[in-house]
Amino acid sequence: MTQLALFLVLAAIAVAAAVSLILQRHPIHSALSLVVVMVALAGLYLLLDAEFVAAVQIIVYAGAIMVLFVFVIMLLNAGTEERTNLSRAAHYAGIPLAALLLVGLAYTVTRAATPIVAQPTPKDATRQLSMLLFRDLAFPFELTSVLILIAMVGALVLAKRDE
Amino acid sequence: MNGLFAQYPILLVSLVKIAVLLFILLTALAYIVWFERKVAAHIQSRVGPYRVGPHGLLQPAADGLKFLMKEDMTPAGADRFVYSLAPILAMTLALTTIAMIPFGPATITIFGQPTQLVVANVNVGLLVIFAITAISVYGVALAGWSSNNKYSLLGGLRSSAQMVSYELSLTMSVVGVLLLAGTFNLSEIIQAQSGFSWHFLPHWNLFNPTLPQVLGFFCYFMAAIAETNRLPFDLAEAESELVAGYHTEYSSFRFAMFFMAEYAAMITVACLATILFFGGWLSPFPLGPLSYWTRYLPTALFAAGGIALVLHGLRYRTALGRVTLPVVGLALCALGAACARPGIIDVIQGPFWFLAKVFVILFVYVWVRWTLPRFRYDQLMGIGWKLLLPLTLFNVVITSFAVVARK
Repeated sequence: MTQLALFLVLAAIAVAAAVSLILQRHPIHSALSLVVVMVALAGLYLLLDAEFVAAVQIIVYAGAIMVLFVFVIMLLNAGTEERTNLSRAAHYAGIPLAALLLVGLAYTVTRAATPIVAQPTPKDATRQLSMLLFRDLAFPFELTSVLILIAMVGALVLAKRDE
Repeated sequence: MNGLFAQYPILLVSLVKIAVLLFILLTALAYIVWFERKVAAHIQSRVGPYRVGPHGLLQPAADGLKFLMKEDMTPAGADRFVYSLAPILAMTLALTTIAMIPFGPATITIFGQPTQLVVANVNVGLLVIFAITAISVYGVALAGWSSNNKYSLLGGLRSSAQMVSYELSLTMSVVGVLLLAGTFNLSEIIQAQSGFSWHFLPHWNLFNPTLPQVLGFFCYFMAAIAETNRLPFDLAEAESELVAGYHTEYSSFRFAMFFMAEYAAMITVACLATILFFGGWLSPFPLGPLSYWTRYLPTALFAAGGIALVLHGLRYRTALGRVTLPVVGLALCALGAACARPGIIDVIQGPFWFLAKVFVILFVYVWVRWTLPRFRYDQLMGIGWKLLLPLTLFNVVITSFAVVARK
């Protein structure tokens, strides 16, 4: 019961913040709404007993990535956005496409081969996660980090090009 | 509602613990400011606060009242919502971290519920503290941005850039400790440090037999000073360049909130250093006849301090001091006597050693601040990225090899 109440509260916060992210006029307010979404998601992970993932979610997304977003917005001193006329395609197709996506997702989730239920998490979940990442799935893990490194170097090269 | 009722006693006990801890923490915050001013004064051959109460002991109360009574202004053109959010964010986050800190191994009983001397014994306690530290950048950055003042904005930008840079070294510097302890739980990290080499050198991570984490501690301490925006890394509020940095426009209690956040962050960093490198609540004396007598150390310290206060207080300059100081001294003596009672003496050992170590680290913190001059901004970034980060990575590598070789 407490679990359900907490889930509803956190989910409501996440959705409300996500809507606010789109509706806000000022980039900083949008960025802050996104931070709230991240923190609410971390709360949902906590409800699933995934302590490590929740902490890392906050450290990486709310703490590192969004701080950089806010930092850049502050540095550019971006002001309030002006509303232009929405694109015609978005005006007509937006809501039907969103509904289609929702139905598709719901269909896939309900049709999943193994029903999606929260597994009781073992006490040393963090240790097991590290075993997965650094032993069983070490190759894809390292490959992903190299990919991110390449993206970083690429960004630097692009930024330095006109010198 | 079954679930809630089953957890009800735990909720109640947690609330009591939070209230007690908050009271102690806020008092400690006020007196750390007093302590810092006193130490700073003596380093510079002055006497420091002396007028409000005997030895300036009531100065924190006077400062608090003054903060409350000043006008609370919002500058024109400020983003009102973010402007009032920033100090709240800064202070709440800074105070929250203390909930993860374990103060002792003993189990106490509140309302018939046995409970530990920690508000939240989380499996990933260390990560949660780093997560909260990571978000506390927002308090500073948003304060600077929302004030509609270029000095504030520059201060906020500098400070967030600095915090993001040093957070990396801060996190990497404790990886060595994590490799040695094999857990994120702060209580278990402390437990892993029990034991002694050659019957006198404790197995604290600073003197760990596998690989002493001296380099790790050096990097941690430097990064921590930078992370809390204190001299010699307080570029965020360099008054000769930026007036006061990100809190230039803040007045009254909102300023006090930033002030308290800074000192709360200092306490957290000192507590974490104690846990990670100095064995937390563990006594520096090995079990034996000596450790039997050191159990009375808290009593002896309180009694000695109390007697000294009584003797000094009776000869104090002002009438107020001649009354207050002996009364405080007698109270300390009574506290000392209470610490020697059979039920309490074992509970008090953990917190005593823990707080003693935290106090020493806080003293070094203050000492550093009033000894070293401020770095230049490019030097600051250079130290962070070119010195500290490679050093912490090197520490991770050699610690990993040492751990594997030990096995």
